[in-house]
Amino acid sequence: MSYHVDEKGYYGEFGGAFIPEMLYPNVEELRQNYLKITAQDDFKSEFDQLLRDYVGRPTPLYFASRLSDKYNTKIYLKREDLCHTGAHKINNTIGQILLAKRLGKNRIIAETGAGQHGVATATVCALMGIECVVYMGELDIKRQAPNVARMKILGAEVRPAQSGSKTLKDATNEAIRDWINNPVDTHYIIGSVVGPHPYPDMVARFQAVISEECKSQLMEVEGRDYPDHVVACVGGGSNAAGLYYHYLNDKRVNVIAVEAAGKGIDTGESAATSALGKEGIIHGSKTLLMQTDDGQITEPYSISAGLDYPGVGPMHAHLFRSKRAEFISIPDQEAMDWGLTLSQTEGIIPAIETAHAFAILDERSFDPDEIVLFNCSGRGDKDLDTYIDYFKL
Amino acid sequence: MNRIQTSLAQNKKLLSIYFTAGFPAIDDTVSILEQLQEAGVDLIELGLPFSDPLADGPTIQESSTKALHNGMTTDKLFDQLQGIRKTIDVPLIVMGYFNPMMQFGVERFCKRCQEVGIDGLIIPDLPVDVYHEKYQKLFQQYGLLNMFLITPQTPDDRIGYIDKVSEGFIYMVSSAATTGAQGSFGNEQEQYFKRIGAMNLKSKLLVGFGISNRETYDAAVAHSQGAIIGSAFIKHLEKNGSNSVKKFIEQIR
Repeated sequence: MSYHVDEKGYYGEFGGAFIPEMLYPNVEELRQNYLKITAQDDFKSEFDQLLRDYVGRPTPLYFASRLSDKYNTKIYLKREDLCHTGAHKINNTIGQILLAKRLGKNRIIAETGAGQHGVATATVCALMGIECVVYMGELDIKRQAPNVARMKILGAEVRPAQSGSKTLKDATNEAIRDWINNPVDTHYIIGSVVGPHPYPDMVARFQAVISEECKSQLMEVEGRDYPDHVVACVGGGSNAAGLYYHYLNDKRVNVIAVEAAGKGIDTGESAATSALGKEGIIHGSKTLLMQTDDGQITEPYSISAGLDYPGVGPMHAHLFRSKRAEFISIPDQEAMDWGLTLSQTEGIIPAIETAHAFAILDERSFDPDEIVLFNCSGRGDKDLDTYIDYFKL
Repeated sequence: MNRIQTSLAQNKKLLSIYFTAGFPAIDDTVSILEQLQEAGVDLIELGLPFSDPLADGPTIQESSTKALHNGMTTDKLFDQLQGIRKTIDVPLIVMGYFNPMMQFGVERFCKRCQEVGIDGLIIPDLPVDVYHEKYQKLFQQYGLLNMFLITPQTPDDRIGYIDKVSEGFIYMVSSAATTGAQGSFGNEQEQYFKRIGAMNLKSKLLVGFGISNRETYDAAVAHSQGAIIGSAFIKHLEKNGSNSVKKFIEQIR
């Protein structure tokens, strides 16, 4: 069984492209070209060069010795938090902007929740001198003022999504509507492994650099190119897709996905899609999503805006359904506590999304000689206000 | 013969009106249907509201949000339509997104449609190839026609495929846009209507998106068999109340 996308755009029963006909030409253009273009030598050399000189890759693989002592196992951190703009998100935006240029697009649109993907998109648009419009829920604009300012400084236009619940899912709807209205000159940079095929696969491929580097880095320090466990937080699932990518078909590697339980799975304020979601369609993809019995998409909750998405990428829905991955959900409080633990044990202040992943160390035990590889997907600078409020600092 | 096919077989221009079920008030559905029939419309599209209507502009989005807020559900709509065929002869089409139908159960949904007398469906986010492979037989079993959209960007070979799969009309989207009222059609749209008209498709064409008044209606039907009005009608209901249907239709033709 392969855990990668099949030729029809599905991961098992999930995925596909459930899009209005108005979007068909745009998505079809992308589908026909993404593999061709990304396989070209000039694309690969420009992508690699920008990842190296601009993003700062390869990111370090760091052996967390104090954390390893404390939990009596071998813990490694893939330091995506050291990427330019503070998270793994830019791996994908670099890839997509290079693709957009080769498709002759001169306008970029994106959606953003907490603003990280919006900033990563505004950054590459500034780098390439391309017009950039970022859709962001009206409520999120109020909650994430520093990232709104960063996007504006970078020259992007931030448009408030005023429909529905005025958050990430609505920002995504608005970006899709913009694309329907501008089918010829515009490319839509989706920020996660969600949306219609080929987006989940395309974004996963751009993020796959994470596990590609892990293989050679692990080989160097451990004499084998695979860990026993890979652990990542999952909202839409892009950092997880990148960390898992080259290990998905390697059964020696156990895959652990960490979702946000919010205030608790049974409280009605949660973002644990695998536990609470049912099969359905969101943003053009057949996947698991949180919804009412009547099929209306519901608003998730997590203290971390990056995990606050009512769906999950179709790859992850398949990993869950096929039991290839273990899914664990972590409530706000444990994640926040782990933000402090990682900071004070290793001197690394993580994004709150990332902190969720580390919290499994209290949930689950590992053997002393096992290698547990975490994706340290983002840094906590953007979350300072949340840390300050939560811990009354 | 399905009621939609009977209408299409008439030698006349057809006016199809869309409205969101449960808007402006939850119990307006049947009254609006009756008024539309009385005003002489040829087809009616009943919108099943959805929380995330990707293909719709602000007017229909807002009416959907309002309808959901009013308590509209799939079950509720079928309850309202129970017995509707005693008074309504106009062909009825349910227009909605696929997720609520999946949750209801696609077969159960089709069965309920047949029981209350629905003639067809428009599901913007169910692509023609998925329909063709997985659902067409089921729809046929329950006597339902499925209508597809085409746009100025749809390639000719895909229009050909859609035409082949279609049993009702093809919904010709007037421009690259989400739903919404426009003042008039430009030269580009005229060219597009002519281009598709010249393709000699087996399916009849109805033009939708951007039709709001007599001028745009006349332009749309000049190159097709009919026109579909949604957002402009929703706006009218919002402004003039749910008993003002006749007044709107008289402005169109």
